[in-house]
Amino acid sequence: MEKTPANIEIIEKYCKGCHICVEFCPTKVLEMKGFVASVKNLEACIKCMQCELRCPDFAIKVS
Amino acid sequence: MSFDYDKYIRPGKLPHIWCPGCGHGIVMKGLIRAIDTLGLQKNNTAIVSGIGCASRLPGYMDFCTLHTAHGRAAAFATGVKMAKPEMNVILVGGDGDGTAIGGNHFIHACRRNIDMTYIIMNNNIYGMTGGQFSPCTPTGAKASTTVYGNPDPAFDVAKLAIGAGATFVARGTAYHATQIDKLIAEAIQHKGFSVVEILDDCPTTYGRRNKFKSVIEMMNRLKDVAVPVKAAEKMTAEQLEGKILTGVLYKEERPNYTDEYAKVIERAKK
Repeated sequence: MEKTPANIEIIEKYCKGCHICVEFCPTKVLEMKGFVASVKNLEACIKCMQCELRCPDFAIKVS
Repeated sequence: MSFDYDKYIRPGKLPHIWCPGCGHGIVMKGLIRAIDTLGLQKNNTAIVSGIGCASRLPGYMDFCTLHTAHGRAAAFATGVKMAKPEMNVILVGGDGDGTAIGGNHFIHACRRNIDMTYIIMNNNIYGMTGGQFSPCTPTGAKASTTVYGNPDPAFDVAKLAIGAGATFVARGTAYHATQIDKLIAEAIQHKGFSVVEILDDCPTTYGRRNKFKSVIEMMNRLKDVAVPVKAAEKMTAEQLEGKILTGVLYKEERPNYTDEYAKVIERAKK
């Protein structure tokens, strides 16, 4: 079965740069780009939803 | 699949006012997921709060909401429940709002066992007003009004609620995000006064005064101190030193106030 690639949407207007998503991502998909979070390595995403679950600012959507 | 939080949030209200890394947003997400799981209707659910950072939560929620005087959430919510007993009433607030200014309302709501759910976000401090110490600030911790360390022992909110007569008491943390919605859902389903204490972090006014280098360090502390109730049964007293129990801590069935008051009305009509 072919793996469907993840789609990570980061709403930059909502992100306050707390680092929670970057630190708690088990496969280190995200990084801080200046003030806001951004996707560094989308292929590594296993869709565990930890970033979406923990983001206090409703800024990440994984699908 | 992504969870659609927007369905339950008032349009145009985000981004919220909470500081970067504040756990209140995580608790709000948990509450939304719990409401979604139970399928509560927007026009049949009231979310009531007092004053404080945590009490800003109802402002973002697209339900019947009430933002009341400091510490008075339980009093206003009792009014809502008495007028509309069929309504689901959820109270939210912080540790200062719930156990200091609203301490009296809180213990009497527990005693009455009125069918409501109180979510207390315990971040150990008064965040909004500038970091004064609250009844939940740990002994020795620094706050803007205890610069040499807090001499007072802290309240154990769960024990306080059990002692005052609440019939469902649970505790979670902002780190254990998946547990929050389960605890809140169970609390809402419980018939009687249910208290869910969520241990939270306040990086702005608590963390920086108490040598927490980052939000991540505060989150990891929550991870380290939390011990699930079932795991704690197998641990010795020494192992439990400095740990905090999480999960459903207490549950009992007792007549609740709204049902009992309906009987009073029936008796008065005869």
